[in-house]
Amino acid sequence: MENVVKQKVVALNGDEAVAFAAKQSDVDVVAAYPVTPQTIIVERFSEYVANGEVDTEFICVESEHSAMTSCITASATGARTFTATAAPGLALMHEMLYVASGCRTPVVMVIANRALSAPLNIHCDHSDSMGERDSGWIQMYAENSQEAYDSVIQAFRIAENPDILLPVMVCLDGFTLSHTLENVQVFPDDIVKKFVGVRPIPLVTTHEGKNVPFKLDTENPMSMGPIALQDYYFEFKRQQEEAMKNTPKIIQQVHEEYARMSGRRYGDGMLESYRLDDAEISIICLGSTAGTVKTVVDELRAEGVRVGLLRIRTFRPLPVEGIVRALKNVKAVAVMDRSMSFGGHGGPVFHEVRHVFYDASTHPYLVNYIYGLGGRDTSPSQIRRIFEDLQRILQTQESGELIRYVGLRG
Amino acid sequence: MFSEWKFTAKDIAQKPDLFMSGHRACAGCAPATVLRLVLKAVRGPTIVTSVTGCMEVVSSIYPYTSWAIPWIHTAFENAGANASGIEATIKILKKKGRLKKEQIDVIAFAGDGGTFDIGIQSLSGAVERGHDFLYVLYDNEAYMNTGIQRSGGTPHGASTTTSPAGKVIPGKVQYKKPIANIMVAHDMPYVATASPHYWKDLITKARRGIEVNGPAFLHAFAPCPRGWRYDTSKSIEISRLAVETCLFPLWEAINGEYQLSAASKVIALKPEKKKPMREYLKMQRRFRHLFTPQFEKVLEEIQRTTDERWQRLLKKCGMA
Repeated sequence: MENVVKQKVVALNGDEAVAFAAKQSDVDVVAAYPVTPQTIIVERFSEYVANGEVDTEFICVESEHSAMTSCITASATGARTFTATAAPGLALMHEMLYVASGCRTPVVMVIANRALSAPLNIHCDHSDSMGERDSGWIQMYAENSQEAYDSVIQAFRIAENPDILLPVMVCLDGFTLSHTLENVQVFPDDIVKKFVGVRPIPLVTTHEGKNVPFKLDTENPMSMGPIALQDYYFEFKRQQEEAMKNTPKIIQQVHEEYARMSGRRYGDGMLESYRLDDAEISIICLGSTAGTVKTVVDELRAEGVRVGLLRIRTFRPLPVEGIVRALKNVKAVAVMDRSMSFGGHGGPVFHEVRHVFYDASTHPYLVNYIYGLGGRDTSPSQIRRIFEDLQRILQTQESGELIRYVGLRG
Repeated sequence: MFSEWKFTAKDIAQKPDLFMSGHRACAGCAPATVLRLVLKAVRGPTIVTSVTGCMEVVSSIYPYTSWAIPWIHTAFENAGANASGIEATIKILKKKGRLKKEQIDVIAFAGDGGTFDIGIQSLSGAVERGHDFLYVLYDNEAYMNTGIQRSGGTPHGASTTTSPAGKVIPGKVQYKKPIANIMVAHDMPYVATASPHYWKDLITKARRGIEVNGPAFLHAFAPCPRGWRYDTSKSIEISRLAVETCLFPLWEAINGEYQLSAASKVIALKPEKKKPMREYLKMQRRFRHLFTPQFEKVLEEIQRTTDERWQRLLKKCGMA
């Protein structure tokens, strides 16, 4: 039963959409440091604070390492916390990302994806967030500013769910989304406030059998972030994986509940199939490139070519079965990677998709396209050529070169 | 500015320990004494954070803990940011009515490595932002947790595993960073030095640091028998000698105004009470190589720089 709430259309770029979502989500503590192309998020939020439009403690920290640190301890003290960063800042936070997930602090962070140095580059690719693949964070990639807005609101509900308590990273392509004005539908404040609610603090049982809130509570002293050695560390890590296993169900539930309010769906919340039903060839990609691919898919469909797109929305957790299911009738797939794994035989998305098919009953041709590093534009004509490559593979029944580069100088 | 809190030795003995026995610190560990004394100064509900280091690893080996108070550790270089997040949360949750306590204090503990070196950025940022918390530096003058490597807090001439006394180099070549003065230069409301021998002074200063509105910094001298190479029974004696030689004078800077504390004031008024550095240095085998003809000059150098720093402090206190 759809019960779509009346929304207002406003012109926002991706960063502004994110800042607005954080504002509406009644965040208790924001600790952030400005870095291109995330800067606008911190600037807008600072304005909300300066104008008294938010009930938030804003810590304008001296580094991203401190941003993540303060988010962790704020979250451990019971706050709903939010931050945002991009490549160099994310790399500086690296150590603390593992602490956030290990301490089970449900921090929500937006990444305005940007290339890592060197050479210095401020434009989009996914090497920053892909580098944090194994940090224990849930990772969502938005296709457009609308989805960035929607995802941030959903992220709080996912992260703070007592069965999850894991941090969530919402990634949007730097400049392509962060700085591009779009029509974004936004909810009235009270609708979002009601949707996210007040952060629930779950109870945990102490060694004395007492149920106490899982936070730094002066009534019930708890030691958090201890040292755990050979005898306990491993169990902590396994528990994180157990929590990660709970995430698909919750991500899908939250996505569905939100979709009923918003009228907007992104597949099942983890994977979005576009015209895949009878497709013979398909592209897999993340983020804003999906928009370009969809345009080309429509064009080729009009020409009678059976093409489709599978967009991965949550890279962590990886929707393993969903990927196989979505592509069960597809014969050749181009996996697009906007980052590299040097010496690793293809990019990270390619690695994972290939791995997913090892045990599958269907085995489409899988080829890897590395594209768009350092913000290089990827045009519809380039996407069209990728589909043409896939057609050739089907004709020749030869996959040919496994790892290919899009739009690269000779 | 400060309450009239008075206490006796009996009061302190009867006040429950918040840093409890059973931790795994070495015999004679002065940092453990510092922690215990500081926590005797709390005035009510308090949240504590420690950074990676000796006092963190000896107190929180899962599934045990020595902290009878809410406590969190996240990493090594971030005591200031740890405290910032906690303090900000207390403020906002109180405002939103989700935290009923009227007053919750925040204390951060870090060693010299976590303060002079890797954590100075986080500390400086937190102080600049004006968070209301007490930062306690327990200074055992090297990275003791990882096996006695030199830090910015290691004094000139000390032999450590990364500034070893060799055939040509007499231990650490550089001088100790004047960290407490650096903190005073932040224009913060309260900075003080303390030494565990003067326990009453230490507890009083910890309490002042807690009571003051805004950031407070307490630099506590904290001898380490393992790293400084002396008998475990001598920690308190050494912590007294450091003050009596004027190597580690006791002072407070309240809103930037320096004033000597009693133990150092006595020496300022009666300079003949000032003990020679040799007396302090000879007790510790980290300085053993200085008592050889080859490196004797370093001893003189240490005496000279100690005197110079003391004179500069006296000027700041208006007692030169």
